[in-house]
Amino acid sequence: MIVAEAKPLEEIADLLGEVRKILVVGCGGCVTVCLAGGEKEVGIIAAALRMMYKKNGKELETLEVTLTRQCDPEYVEMLEKYITDDVDCILSLACGVGVQFLAERYNKWVVPALNTKFAGGTIEHGVWEERCGLCGECILHKTGGICPIIRCSKSILNGPCGGSQNGRCEVNKDIPCAWQLIYDRLKALNKLELLLEIQPPKDWSKARDGGPRKVVREDVRIE
Amino acid sequence: MSWKAGSKLEKLLSQGHFVVTGEVGPPKHASPDGILRHAELLKDYVDAINLTDNQTAIVRMSSIAAGVHVLRAGCEPIIQMTVRDRNRIALQSDLLGAYSLGIRNVLCLSGDHQSFGNHPTAKNVHDVDSIQLIRIVKDLRDEKRFACGEEIKEHEPRFFIGAAANPFADPFEFRVLRLEKKINAGADFIQTQCIFDMERFERFMAMVRERGLHKKAYILAGVTPLKSARAARYMQQSVAGMIVPEEIINRMEKAKDPKAEGVAICVEQIKHLRTIEGVAGVHIMAIMWEDIIPTIVKEAGLYPRPQAE
Repeated sequence: MIVAEAKPLEEIADLLGEVRKILVVGCGGCVTVCLAGGEKEVGIIAAALRMMYKKNGKELETLEVTLTRQCDPEYVEMLEKYITDDVDCILSLACGVGVQFLAERYNKWVVPALNTKFAGGTIEHGVWEERCGLCGECILHKTGGICPIIRCSKSILNGPCGGSQNGRCEVNKDIPCAWQLIYDRLKALNKLELLLEIQPPKDWSKARDGGPRKVVREDVRIE
Repeated sequence: MSWKAGSKLEKLLSQGHFVVTGEVGPPKHASPDGILRHAELLKDYVDAINLTDNQTAIVRMSSIAAGVHVLRAGCEPIIQMTVRDRNRIALQSDLLGAYSLGIRNVLCLSGDHQSFGNHPTAKNVHDVDSIQLIRIVKDLRDEKRFACGEEIKEHEPRFFIGAAANPFADPFEFRVLRLEKKINAGADFIQTQCIFDMERFERFMAMVRERGLHKKAYILAGVTPLKSARAARYMQQSVAGMIVPEEIINRMEKAKDPKAEGVAICVEQIKHLRTIEGVAGVHIMAIMWEDIIPTIVKEAGLYPRPQAE
């Protein structure tokens, strides 16, 4: 999932500035799962903002809606009935994708309430960790299911570098060395020969820098 | 004899001389005076000088520019090149430039992570890794091709290619295999991380000989003279990929003159390294203490230096 984290409340209030009525929009997708932007968080952030404005002697009205997904026009459409003239601003609790989908559809000022962090998963309740670098060309079959692109601090493809010691990365003792993990895993699977092959430079053109990437599936397109 | 690059370093190694290389860190300013002084001081005591490439990710004069100053002072440079700050386009461009300026040796490295340096918020590049860079430099020379496969029609850069090896990093048993990978990628010579744990280095070299790697590339053993017990302790505890045994720290602590003891330890290490089969030379990394190199070389019985034929 896409893991996100709420911006500090003071920062959100700062971004909103002089507003009287805002639409606080949650997302039922990834950010609900990572407890950052679901229905519950919409309620909490809206209430906290109202209190904050009140304390400063200002009135703030909040409308609260949570869409099934903000990254899907079908659901974004359902917001239309709430977009009235007196709404000064939309506060989106989605990832950066959702924020943009709202901004593209409605002629309103949209403010992000979250910082979008990474593609990852839940390690334990309340802890999420990055797993995928979204590089566009998966090589996990060569590395024992451990991604060196995102889990190695240098994204090395022929690791480990000379800074790996006691299974830890040179950057920080709290970071496991991805290449130690890869080595241990391939050794256990009796596939160490995979590491002896020189991996050629990666095709980063599949990763980024060419404008927004697009996936087109002709077989499921309509028309 | 036809040379791969024809550098003095390549000639001395292939003629069987026990080679001595030193290291100079380029300055955090734009004057060549310090480098010229060091090159002047070292030129009769080492066969070539490494110029580090923004080591510990701190902005310094470029290793190529510093290498040209070393060359002007009559000494042979080994420029270090990391993949942290440049993509494959910039790396190859700088290799062409360095060769055009007379540089003939390049050491290919991944580079210290930017979080250690003075620009920790910088974006790292890591478009290619150190092994891929070795292959790129080799292909420029031997295949006369750029990394994309395009032919170099004339004047290909012909470098003597170096790589680093760290026998003190983990997983230990994979270190020799990774060294082999670097040699297979095209490394002609190897400079190791500084050695304090001699027992572990000997085990490493035994594995190197078992796989015949010492016959495929020249291995220069890295040494660093210690200035104080505190410096030794710092290396032991805070420098990634380094092992400093307690015994060495004890010796430094007990010494009346720690600097002299540091030199004595270093000289002992060099004399011992010379006896290890497969060690083709030493690389003396006297960090912020370059002036001590002539003393070490003399006391280790490695002076005068041979001339390349």
